[in-house]
Amino acid sequence: MEEGNTIAKRAGSRLCCLCNERKPALKRPKTLEQICRDCFYNVFEEEIHQVIVGNHLFKAGERVAIGASGGKDSTVLAYVMSELNRRHNYGLDLFLLSVDEGITGYRDDSLETVKRNEVQYGLPLKIVSYKDLYGWTMDEIVKVIGLKNNCTFCGVFRRQALDRGAAYLKVDKLVTGHNADDIAETVLLNILRGDVARLSRCTSITTGEDGPIPRCKPFKYTYEKEIVMYAYFKKLDYFSTECIYSPNAYRGFAREFIKDLERMRPRAIVDIIKSGENFRISTSTKMPEQGTCERCGYISSQKWCKACVLLEGLNRGLPKLGIGRSRFLENSNDNRKEAKRNDGDRSIESKQCGSLDF
Amino acid sequence: MACNSGNCQSNCSQNEQVAQDDSIPAPTTGSDDGANNQQQQGVCLKCKVSPPISSGGGGSGDEARFCGDCFRTNLFGKFRLAVTSHAMITPSDNVLVAFSGGVASRVALQFVHDMQQRAQRNYEASKDRSLPVFGVGVAFVDESTVCSISNDEVEEAIQEMKSTVLELAPPVKQFHVVPSVSLYSSGSSDEKDRLMKLIGAVDDVTGKDDFLMHLRMWALQKVASENGYTKLVLGLCTSKIACHVIAATVKGQGYSLSADIQYVDARWQVPIVLPLRDCTAQELNILCRIDGLKTLQLVNDHPSGINGLISSFVRLLQEENPSRESTIVRTAGKLTPFHFNRLPEINDSSVPLATLRRQKRYNLKPQESISSESFCPICNSPVINSDLPSCGSLKPFKFREFAASCCPSCQFQILPQDQSSMKEFYSLLPEGLVSRSKHKDNDNLDMLREQVQDCLLSNSDDET
Repeated sequence: MEEGNTIAKRAGSRLCCLCNERKPALKRPKTLEQICRDCFYNVFEEEIHQVIVGNHLFKAGERVAIGASGGKDSTVLAYVMSELNRRHNYGLDLFLLSVDEGITGYRDDSLETVKRNEVQYGLPLKIVSYKDLYGWTMDEIVKVIGLKNNCTFCGVFRRQALDRGAAYLKVDKLVTGHNADDIAETVLLNILRGDVARLSRCTSITTGEDGPIPRCKPFKYTYEKEIVMYAYFKKLDYFSTECIYSPNAYRGFAREFIKDLERMRPRAIVDIIKSGENFRISTSTKMPEQGTCERCGYISSQKWCKACVLLEGLNRGLPKLGIGRSRFLENSNDNRKEAKRNDGDRSIESKQCGSLDF
Repeated sequence: MACNSGNCQSNCSQNEQVAQDDSIPAPTTGSDDGANNQQQQGVCLKCKVSPPISSGGGGSGDEARFCGDCFRTNLFGKFRLAVTSHAMITPSDNVLVAFSGGVASRVALQFVHDMQQRAQRNYEASKDRSLPVFGVGVAFVDESTVCSISNDEVEEAIQEMKSTVLELAPPVKQFHVVPSVSLYSSGSSDEKDRLMKLIGAVDDVTGKDDFLMHLRMWALQKVASENGYTKLVLGLCTSKIACHVIAATVKGQGYSLSADIQYVDARWQVPIVLPLRDCTAQELNILCRIDGLKTLQLVNDHPSGINGLISSFVRLLQEENPSRESTIVRTAGKLTPFHFNRLPEINDSSVPLATLRRQKRYNLKPQESISSESFCPICNSPVINSDLPSCGSLKPFKFREFAASCCPSCQFQILPQDQSSMKEFYSLLPEGLVSRSKHKDNDNLDMLREQVQDCLLSNSDDET
């Protein structure tokens, strides 16, 4: 790597290349510069501050909920947000919002971390659980549907859960810890899956401005490795295990590839995001029309929101309902018995909801 | 997809669909009952007469479903549809086929030859001889100076290619061997050194790989325009295009991606056409095998750097789901093409009306009016205006002006980073590359002029 070579020459001087005073403690994953700890903190926090200011993410006086899972991204996010809020006087009211999906051996442990964060950072915490909202935990769902497509359920349910939690807290915005690696993976995933509509939206730093709660991603250009490094040096308290169901996700392909890519050319991650922003996608491409769900009133482009469709499937023992392209109901006896509800279902099923097969 | 072949049965498009489906139906599914029985008896799905290519079930889906003839007809059908619907080859054309010896370009050459032969027969059979037969030439870019291939290997390969081209006659085709150094027009003895120094100035492994590819394209363009060719045929297939989609995304070239993957690319002096765009590498491999088409591999098919990583990634995805390549290309196909991704309307009266009508129908209507794009002088990709600096400050130094006009990707992976190396790099470039960047602006003006030509009064341009 040519960058490595030029940096190696500088390392001969054995001083941090930003301040030229202290000894370097690390090689910056994004640029491979050899810098000291303090300079790393500065450049890390300053870049995020520039992203926040440059994209006008917040207004003074807003109530902002931080999606907190107890993992490294959300812990660092909570830490940096409160730090920058203080240092630069954003004037924000910050809260922690956590979702309990009911995954034993994973979520129950990470929630303990979030509760500790509440104390450490002094931010009020609200926890919403799938069990309370939907009557199902992820463990129960996986028992019914198996290990494929379970990420679909979790993702859809979590989005709604966050919105409901945000509404409870009466916040104006939601911030999540999605980092550059996540967004690059999503861009690749949408290319592989043929989802042009999502491809055009997934690189936006703020989404859902015309919905119940706008969400933004201040870590859009922040590398996952740098977040880990920051947490490591600052000795931040976080839960470092991956979701136990993640090995089967299709996203794993994209993630492996990006990790290999990062080793060859670190800037490729940001290049993918840049490509995603610059794709020539016609605005007349079929974009979903925004409406409301007939069952629960949540924002939806179809008659029923995805969460309701999936729940219907779970509750009626039809785990494939809402997964993949529209198919006819397998058990035709059901049709005759529950004619009224079926009409609603038929019209949902006949609508193209896009393949969710991971 | 209509198959133009005469012995195609009406269920051919359904079979295409079956081949493209996500889940290859196992022989025991009840979805196509008739085929079910035939398959168990070992008969081609299409003609239901001959046995499939591989009856042991050991081959890929296609080999177990179709016989050799039907498979070839299918594949040629895709080629012919691409050519006719985009008016890629018209009777007045002189077509140059870029030939690397690899599978795709071998099939491209074969199909173009088959089409030419057919046209020749029709010409001889017709009474009025109204439709001339298009000309075909073959070009091979000899990169032995810049790659680590021995001269003997290259000589042997060239001899093989020559004999292949000789066999594909009548009609006779000219075979051009284009050495990389031909980019330099001076003909002086130091051009080989210049070229070696130029390539050596690129540090990044992927950048070097891509730079060689761009130089290859410029060499092809040069030989095509110098020898009066009107179209350049590349054997780019679905699989290669899928890799290119990922590569462009990864290198920050998302904006220009839609320009590279269309059937027609007319931003070049000699327009590029991709008749094999809808064929996968697997299909091309099968055809070469069953027809005994000789292929050779001179250039390393496993590039290092990011390109190599991408091709193994796509291979992995393809193993997991055999239609992934097609999905990737289909997704990228939904991106908006550029105005130069269609051939200019033909005004030639010798071209049959049917071809003109077809071209009008399939010519992609641009979403926006013709915008004047800037093109990177190295890779020729359209550059977003926001990536270009304002020119005022850079005028004094030509090499700086050149560097600033390149796309961000070339600036990062190809151009040297420090000033003095950049200056030297600029001095080593072939003259054609350097001067070309100035000509492009005029092309846009020409295009605008064409539109208003009939209303212009003065013959000369008072202002340029």
